[in-house]
Amino acid sequence: MSKSNTKKPLKIKQPPDIYPTKTKAQVTIIFFAIVAMYLYSMNWTQRDMVGDITDAPANMVSVLGKFFPPNYSYWSNIWDEMALTIQMAVIATTIAAIITVPLALLSARNITTFKPLYYATRTFLNLLRTIPDLVLAVIFVGLFGIGLLPGILALIVFSLGILAKLISETIETVDMSPLEAMRASGGGTIQVIWTGLVPQVLPQFTSLVLYVFEINVRASVVLGYVGAGGIGQVLQSQLRYGHIAFPNAMAIIVLIFIVVLVIEYISSKLREALI
Amino acid sequence: MNLTLPPKPKNSLFKKLRAIVITISIIALYIWTFLGIDLDWEKAINKLIQQFDKVIPMLFSPDWSATGEVALTMLETIFIAFAGSLMAAILAVPLSFLAANNMMGKYLSMPGKWLLSAIRAFPDLILAILFVVAVGPNAFAGVLAIAIGSTGMLGKLFSEIIEQIDKDVVQGMQANGANRTQVLFYAVLPQIIPEFLSYAIYRFEVDIRASSILGIVGAGGIGTMIVFASANDNWSQMGTILVGIIVVVTVIDFTSAFIRKRIV
Repeated sequence: MSKSNTKKPLKIKQPPDIYPTKTKAQVTIIFFAIVAMYLYSMNWTQRDMVGDITDAPANMVSVLGKFFPPNYSYWSNIWDEMALTIQMAVIATTIAAIITVPLALLSARNITTFKPLYYATRTFLNLLRTIPDLVLAVIFVGLFGIGLLPGILALIVFSLGILAKLISETIETVDMSPLEAMRASGGGTIQVIWTGLVPQVLPQFTSLVLYVFEINVRASVVLGYVGAGGIGQVLQSQLRYGHIAFPNAMAIIVLIFIVVLVIEYISSKLREALI
Repeated sequence: MNLTLPPKPKNSLFKKLRAIVITISIIALYIWTFLGIDLDWEKAINKLIQQFDKVIPMLFSPDWSATGEVALTMLETIFIAFAGSLMAAILAVPLSFLAANNMMGKYLSMPGKWLLSAIRAFPDLILAILFVVAVGPNAFAGVLAIAIGSTGMLGKLFSEIIEQIDKDVVQGMQANGANRTQVLFYAVLPQIIPEFLSYAIYRFEVDIRASSILGIVGAGGIGTMIVFASANDNWSQMGTILVGIIVVVTVIDFTSAFIRKRIV
């Protein structure tokens, strides 16, 4: 039928690629965009650096050398401040855990069936979580002056956002059938929540509170840097003295490091036991 | 009719003892806390009365003339977070393989795990302080602080992903005679890349928040403006800064959640 009798050259067909060409092109473009943005960012952030980037490692070694050896005898002066830092975290976590209960209930879809209220609480919590802890501390220091109180308040507000979100998500995953059964047999809202919901979420609730306590300890060690009390305040004053006080500063940093590690270890063991 | 409740489950002596120990230590913790903390309420409340009108109304009437400056420093904040989290995402990959049980064996993975948790124990701000001392007060110190700080967390999450991969694929390839490199590229990597990307993007979200405060110790970004605004009692400018942070963080959260949903 066809006029052409020309033999077609034997072609070995490549197996079709798993990924379509379009995806490949997209991935390539995204990859180059990311690299370009990275190079631009690096260029921007280094624009007002004194000296060359190649000097930085040598520089870093010589400056960090001044921090060593840490002056461990300085620890005897800072036990009280370190204790205050942990106490700040304990109080803030406790108060946040109490306030978070109504907020978490209001922002759980399966408990708060009244949609506008649910969305309002959700939005409020999302807004709360966008503000970094130190910014809250700066504002509270502006309001209450330098001291522990602004630090505690900043930690409360900061951890409230995280805790309420995590707990409301836990509440949303509970088994609703016991709650419905109780409601059907005439239980009031409080009764349903207390006997149907609380036993289901209590282990997770405790675990999440411990997790937020870990975050709070970590946050409270730096809050002092803006005048919100605790060990951060001592660290800042030591760094301000310059080179002479660097071993003291390093002693503080080492102490913070140890305390954070110990608290994380205890808290993670407790959480493992709970769930 | 005789109604009785089902018998309560019997607790072992060990469990009872454990509960008692935990209760006592919690009570001790609270006693220690309330004895230790001494708040100067009078001073704080006096200061509050004096400052309230200066701070709260001004926060809610942002100074829009500062918008340009806020936008520029917020851009720098984004650059710091981007460069830092990308560096961290790259650094975390080899570390995560070193810390994964199924790649290194239970005991060989220990040093990697320790290294990662040691990095995580340093708060970002402390790292920033060290890097500011080392490379001077500029945005690059912020990039380094974010990069190192995020490596700890990303490395841990990555190694958990590696530990959860489907072993059947690996064993199937090994049975067919694939060498270690082939197994890595065709069995391990395809399983972990989407989740790695998803976590890296999530970490970028976290780093935006972290890098917005680094300026407090001089490591660039919007934090520098926060320090000046609070030192000058310029709370309407602080309002503008807050609006900037809230808008940028919200937009990036939404975009990142959208991208992550598509990847995984």
